Amino acid sequence: MQEENKISNDSSEASPMRGGLEGAFPGEIQELPGGGIVLSKLDDIINWARSNSLWPLTFATSCCGIEMMSTAGAKYDFSRFGFEVARATPRQADVIIIAGTIVNKMAPVLKRLYDQMADPKYVIAMGACAISGGPFFYNTYSVVKGADHVIPVDVYVAGCPPRPEALLHSLITLQQKIKSGLTREQIKSAK
Amino acid sequence: MYRETKILNDSSEASPLRGGLEGAAEEGDMIINVGPQHPATHGVLHLVITLNGETIKKVEPHLGYIHRSIEKMCESLSYRQFIYVTSRMDYLSAHINNHACALCVEQGLQVEIPPRAQVIRVLMDELTRIASHELWLGAMAMDLGAFTPFFHAFRERESINDIMEETCGARLTMNYMVPGGVMHDLHPNFQKRVKDFMQLYKSKVHEYDEMLTGNIIFQNRMKNVGMLSAEDAISYGCTGPTARGSGVSCDMRKLYPYEIYNTLEFDEVLETGGDSFSRYMVRVREMQQSIRIIEQLIDNIPEGDFLTKTKAVLKLPKGEFYSRVETARGELGVYIVSEGATTPYRIKFRSPGFSNLSVLNHIAKGSKLGDLVAMMGTLDLVIPDIDR
Repeated sequence: MQEENKISNDSSEASPMRGGLEGAFPGEIQELPGGGIVLSKLDDIINWARSNSLWPLTFATSCCGIEMMSTAGAKYDFSRFGFEVARATPRQADVIIIAGTIVNKMAPVLKRLYDQMADPKYVIAMGACAISGGPFFYNTYSVVKGADHVIPVDVYVAGCPPRPEALLHSLITLQQKIKSGLTREQIKSAK
Repeated sequence: MYRETKILNDSSEASPLRGGLEGAAEEGDMIINVGPQHPATHGVLHLVITLNGETIKKVEPHLGYIHRSIEKMCESLSYRQFIYVTSRMDYLSAHINNHACALCVEQGLQVEIPPRAQVIRVLMDELTRIASHELWLGAMAMDLGAFTPFFHAFRERESINDIMEETCGARLTMNYMVPGGVMHDLHPNFQKRVKDFMQLYKSKVHEYDEMLTGNIIFQNRMKNVGMLSAEDAISYGCTGPTARGSGVSCDMRKLYPYEIYNTLEFDEVLETGGDSFSRYMVRVREMQQSIRIIEQLIDNIPEGDFLTKTKAVLKLPKGEFYSRVETARGELGVYIVSEGATTPYRIKFRSPGFSNLSVLNHIAKGSKLGDLVAMMGTLDLVIPDIDR
């Protein structure tokens, strides 16, 4: 019995339930004779569940959208992290990946899309244009210098366009933020 | 005021190009908006569709949702710098955009580029064309509701991206072609990688035919849909596969050969159907012609310089310069007005997508709403190229 417990402790990091350190199920196991119980907070479990099934909105304005498609393709495959259900309507989406430049005419549309999304909602700014206007920062009259002038952004991905690996990293970063309750949406509601 | 309305009324029937009051909404019609955020528009295009029942009366594209003022920006960038912005214009043919700009600047500078650079440019152009058509194939099939071709097309496209990444350092916006040649020499692995890719492509190309070309559902949705006659294609200014699907010969590589295209053996792909299926077939067959061009060149890349020495600060003489190339979507024209300074006085891009989009109302009129997506898919629109 003693030995069995030890083995399960050792393997806990690699077990599918825990999914490595980042994906660890929130809570601790209280050993009892003949088994055990998990003690946890409901909020933590909800966040853990939410983070593993994020549905992105297919929102691509320009070049970064192509890299987003590459990430959806078989080689990079973001469905490994629960992102494969790309929705065309904001009402069914959890995360909006701003892939591309936002110009003055598009800004109200982006705001409206964000408002139409159901809570909890998260935002990733993909690429230099969505972060700061990027290559279109100087000498343009029509480009919004960063999507965060319009809606709050949780994760920024650098690149012009970012590689699919960089986008994957941002998706995992978002999952970690959700698990630890640090997205803008969660901080606002906790106050 | 009355007079103006009258003229509009009169000319609306006479000229196919005048929208006029034709197709205007009447009582009982429904107006629906597609986009700007809609997956079928392949970007941020806004369509205002007037419907009578399920029949389309009028499609009105609204532009400007991704207008980044690239032409205005170019006026404040030097002749070396402005080329980089054009990669973001038609990002699926980034190499070919850069190529057109480099050609125009070289025309002004009157520099000859070395043969090795010419061959590298043509190779890169054709690889880009394949990659662009692959993406179009996947995206268009997805518009029709078939998801699998997307994964198959992206499998081949990724291997082209790897080739680009090795030599140019980027997967999508390459910025590889500069006035006077290309920026770096080819990567030592280039030839082997390209040969591997061609082998992969040839072993997989039959899958497209099995999935799409021979698929009866696909054919029913594509054949006799979005009919475009040769006359209309010319009068609307269509170029590229959109016009060649109607039998209009408009391949800039044949009509106005640049670089070494006049020494190469390849066919201009023409289909005479004028429907969506013909436009589909043109692109599929064009990929094979690109493979044919690459096959001729890959073992015959001449040795020597890849870049002609040019001055650090380029100055074009006073005058006007125009160059045109064949991108994956049609004819791209670059028009530079120079006042003799280090920056252009004015730049105008003649983008293929803009003219190709203008034909949408004409081909969609009278057909059903469900077919609109198939028509738009075969026009192969890239919205940042249209809005610039």
